[in-house]
Amino acid sequence: MSSDMSSSGHKPDGSAKEKAPPVSQPKFWNDPKKRSLLFQVLLLSVLGFVFYTIIDNTLTNLEQRGITTGFDFLTREAGFGIAMSLIDYTEASSYGMTFIVGLLNTILIAVMGIIAATILGFILGVARLSDNWLVAKFSALYIEIFRNIPLLLQIFFWYYAVLRTLPQPRQSIEFLGSFINNRGFIFPAPVPEEGFGLVTVGFFAAIAASWLIARWAKKRQELTGQQFPVALTTIGLVIGVPLVLFLFSGMPLGLDHPELKGFNFKGGITVIPELIALWLALSIYTAAFIAETVRAGILAVSHGQTEAATALGMSKAKTLRLIVIPQALRVVIPPLTSQYLNLTKNSSLATAIGYPDLVNVFAGTTLNQTGQAIEVISMTMAVYLALSLMTSFFMNWYNARIQLSER
Amino acid sequence: MKYELQPTLPPPANMIGVIGWLRKNLFNGPVNSIATIVVGYFLISFLVPTIQWIFIDADWVGDSRDACTSGGACWVFIANRLDQFLYGFYPEAEHWRVQIAFIILIGSIIWLVLPKTPKKGIVAALLLVAYPVVAFILLYGNSFGLPQVETHLWGGLTLTLVLAVVGIVASLPLGIVLALGRQSEMPIVRSVCVTFIEIWRGVPLITVLFMASVMLPLFFPEGMSFDKLLRALIGITLFQSAYMAEVIRGGLQAIPKGQYEAADALGLGYWQKMILIIMPQALKLMIPGIVNTFIALFKDTSLVLIIGLFDVLAIGQAANQDPKWIGYSTESYLFVALLFWVFCFSMSRYSQHLEKALNTGHGNRA
Amino acid sequence: MSHSQATDKMMVELRNLNKWYGEFHVLKNINLEVKQGEKIVICGPSGSGKSTMIRCINHLEEHQKGDIIVNDIPLNEDIKNIEAIRKEVGMVFQHFNLFPHLTVLENCVLAPIWVKKMPRKEAEAQAMELLERVKIPDQALKYPGQLSGGQQQRVAIARSLCMNPDVMLFDEPTSALDPEMIKEVLDVMIELATEGMTMLCVTHEMGFAKTVADRVIFMDGGQIVEENEPHEFFNNPQHERTQLFLSQILQH
Repeated sequence: MSSDMSSSGHKPDGSAKEKAPPVSQPKFWNDPKKRSLLFQVLLLSVLGFVFYTIIDNTLTNLEQRGITTGFDFLTREAGFGIAMSLIDYTEASSYGMTFIVGLLNTILIAVMGIIAATILGFILGVARLSDNWLVAKFSALYIEIFRNIPLLLQIFFWYYAVLRTLPQPRQSIEFLGSFINNRGFIFPAPVPEEGFGLVTVGFFAAIAASWLIARWAKKRQELTGQQFPVALTTIGLVIGVPLVLFLFSGMPLGLDHPELKGFNFKGGITVIPELIALWLALSIYTAAFIAETVRAGILAVSHGQTEAATALGMSKAKTLRLIVIPQALRVVIPPLTSQYLNLTKNSSLATAIGYPDLVNVFAGTTLNQTGQAIEVISMTMAVYLALSLMTSFFMNWYNARIQLSER
Repeated sequence: MKYELQPTLPPPANMIGVIGWLRKNLFNGPVNSIATIVVGYFLISFLVPTIQWIFIDADWVGDSRDACTSGGACWVFIANRLDQFLYGFYPEAEHWRVQIAFIILIGSIIWLVLPKTPKKGIVAALLLVAYPVVAFILLYGNSFGLPQVETHLWGGLTLTLVLAVVGIVASLPLGIVLALGRQSEMPIVRSVCVTFIEIWRGVPLITVLFMASVMLPLFFPEGMSFDKLLRALIGITLFQSAYMAEVIRGGLQAIPKGQYEAADALGLGYWQKMILIIMPQALKLMIPGIVNTFIALFKDTSLVLIIGLFDVLAIGQAANQDPKWIGYSTESYLFVALLFWVFCFSMSRYSQHLEKALNTGHGNRA
Repeated sequence: MSHSQATDKMMVELRNLNKWYGEFHVLKNINLEVKQGEKIVICGPSGSGKSTMIRCINHLEEHQKGDIIVNDIPLNEDIKNIEAIRKEVGMVFQHFNLFPHLTVLENCVLAPIWVKKMPRKEAEAQAMELLERVKIPDQALKYPGQLSGGQQQRVAIARSLCMNPDVMLFDEPTSALDPEMIKEVLDVMIELATEGMTMLCVTHEMGFAKTVADRVIFMDGGQIVEENEPHEFFNNPQHERTQLFLSQILQH
């Protein structure tokens, strides 16, 4: 019935040395390895040629315009003022300083925006899934309106249609010693007096104590099963200790009240309207996206998880804290990080209303004054590029960690 | 023991009807009731005056600001400048050309979106290949007896659409090449594509536009000058192609490995495999992603005002500076916002609908 | 009972075939000769390398050492040779791998039109004939998603046959099927076998092996452990690992 195959019970390692294989050398364009090598060499040379041409043209063009390339301009005197600076800056400072001032202002608006957008976004995202029809619909309405309107338009709206139409400084809206007018929001500056150091020390001591208590409580729970209200204690300590110290040491905090002198205010802290408009628009716009992210994260935790926790007898709060939130966070954190990155990149729209961020100050005024287009644009792009590379490294690290713990 | 057949009873009265609905959805427990009251109060105290201002108290007809006396919104302002909002400074006698280009665009998009129209593939191909040429001839002129209209006259919604459509159409092929390159087994090809993609995705569009307007002229030999619009388009296309590449990569990765293997086993070559088997399936999966990047791009086109092009937002901004109409900026922002919103919202709804269809419908087995 | 249709012509030849996944030695010194018209059934526990081995034959997997010769064409770096071998070797997958965006008929004519440059009319006529043979001509205009698993697998067989292959590789063709659909696929495969096709089947369908196989090969740990004609193989397994394996799969 079957063919006469001789070797039954093949020897596992039996290696039959036989005649040489009929290998013919393939023509080199039919060999995939050589083919891809050739293609890559070709690609590199085309790229090299393109870059060479670009650089050559650029150098010729710059020479004709009398612009010397290089980063020497960074040490030259800038000679222009900047509306807002977190560090000492005068017209006599260098162009290099304009880069730092702009960078710090970008970081400031990014941090402010991230905090506000996160809070607003989480509230809206949870509200979107609320049992309450009105709350859910309100959140949906907010999301659909604000994420479908260009951010730049929203910035313009807050700046030109709202903040710039506020009254002159002389007719400022006043409340609690603060003023709002078309030059911004001016509030009393806190001035620490003698003894305030104690309050600061108390604050940090409270944080340290809370951390120790949390560790102790965890250990005790593991050993004995007894639980301890860590969250409440922490809040009580961190707020209570500095407050008590503050009151007992005779409230050592003075206020530098702003006063109207001529056409403007002296003293206090002024938040310029550009910052407010940008902050409002960025937070409101990004919050809509964060809300969607949060919603998706919560929905990603399957209903079965909640049911299983309830069946195990967990309370609603415990289910949220121990089952739903840890799983939802895994889903939420990667897109949330990229929203933060988006917000930071979007903060460059500042330039349209003149908030002195990196793009406005450095890629704007400094570039116009020096003509060093290549250097300035590259430095600016490098900042954002570094930020986004750092973000993606974080994300890769985070994803790797999550995948590891899911095994 | 014998069981009686049980009758079907209506639910208790507090579960049905308006009362039941209110109980269940608005006043389900004290926290919910308070939330309902707070949100409700806020909505009423905000929406009622807003609606009153926008519709009831508004002035709609007239030809100067004197017509706006009732204290509501002054839509007269918008009505008077509507042509500029739509066409920028495009000569009035030639507006029909824009209209035809727009009608063809909308017509073919409706054809593609409707579920049961035949020959979608051909329409899509025409829209991607032939339409840009036709639209360019129509808008720019200088051939077929059409007078030339310089690009610095283009503006308003027309320019916004030109930027967005060119950005998406031109970035599609570039994005496909980049995505394929990123998946390539050749290390140099792969790293070139990854670098390109990550650089453009890492920087804000505004710096790209700055680069296109300031640095691009330096890259080319003396005397070769570029149109400002063209420079913006180059910047937008490069920027967009990086995002497009990532969408396409997502689509390619969603195709099961077995499809590649089956194509290989049948003896199809790389390009045959990609064009006949992988791309047609992947494109279907990519459409929601492409629509989403289009929405993002559409909103981002407003940034071109920073480099001095007059898109619809820039027209509104310029109108606000007009001394004859000072003080009506809210109206113009609202109007422009509405234009953007209608486009973006309908597109996002469409993409959500597609995603749902892909997830529930008989998608990719195999 | 089948009758050996083997001729003297060598169809597939594996010589000292070795393959590694990174550090992992998946195929250890495989030697196998398949003559034209022979039917080989390959079985073994999962991870034994049986699928990898037949996937090397049409270069879905790359081998690192040893030679593969199909119908006198050596499988080497030469793209032309790989293309030529793939034209002559048909493959049926566990998960069918039909193209979901094409109809059954389009699935079948795609490769003949694009790879063999056959006129569409001719390719369609041939495809209909083959669909007739696998008994689903009436489904020709449906999409794969509308068919049952068994029907899809029969389409997949027809699709491979449309290239007029000299050898057919089957990679666990029935293991993704519901039990009631296995028979319809096996029937098609048996019919194909009686027509004299050279076949290499990775499968655990022992009934099929007894009916059509000229030889049964047992693989474990990346090597061929035992090879025999079916009657001997099932009734008198030589190797201890073969005995264990057979006792496990024949228990139920």
